[in-house]
Amino acid sequence: MNKKRPVNLQLTTIRFPATAIVSILHRISGVILFLFLPVMLWILSLSLSSAEGFNALQTCLAAPGMKFILWVMLSALAYHLVAGIRHLLMDFGWGEEKRSGKISAFFAMGLATILVILLGVLIW
Amino acid sequence: MVSSATSYSRNGLRDWLLQRVSAYVLAVYVVFLLLVCCTNPTLDYTQWTQLFHRPSVKLFTLLAILSMGIHAWIGVWTILTDYIKSTGMRLCLEGLVLLVLVSEILWGFLKVWSV
Repeated sequence: MNKKRPVNLQLTTIRFPATAIVSILHRISGVILFLFLPVMLWILSLSLSSAEGFNALQTCLAAPGMKFILWVMLSALAYHLVAGIRHLLMDFGWGEEKRSGKISAFFAMGLATILVILLGVLIW
Repeated sequence: MVSSATSYSRNGLRDWLLQRVSAYVLAVYVVFLLLVCCTNPTLDYTQWTQLFHRPSVKLFTLLAILSMGIHAWIGVWTILTDYIKSTGMRLCLEGLVLLVLVSEILWGFLKVWSV
């Protein structure tokens, strides 16, 4: 193999198609969800611990800072779910071509944007 | 071919399958929780625990927690394999992530089981 091939790894000079953006965001949202797992389990365990715990959790999650954290967490979940369903559809052979893959990428981003805004409206 | 890579099951196809199966479980569980919250806007502690007292919901929750651990492990393993080039460093991080995920699964199981 020719070792002197030109290599371009400067991310700022590479144009990312929609499919690449959907893919990297899927990865980033996955990492966010992994980091938020303790928070999700804490919410679940506190909500099931006692009536006092349940009420304390409701008060806690109503604080402005916690609302924002909740929104980030649920947005990552919504995005990861939508992009994940796109992959599951690909398993069935839908959206595997260049054109259909691009269309489904735009569709996934559009749907995820709507869900993220909707979550913001619901939380605030 | 990479033969020395550690993965969940040391088998790419099985990893792929486990990732899909856990994805389906988690997707259905998320929709289930969404429906619970949407149909009960004034959900209180009694209703919430009554829901988790039902064997079907309890089993589904335990399955979702287990799926979450498997799904997260396959995802994080893939990312570490992609970006961490030093084998020693990667094994350390993998060990740490595994420890965290196993503790989280156990924590979740204990809490849901004792409801």
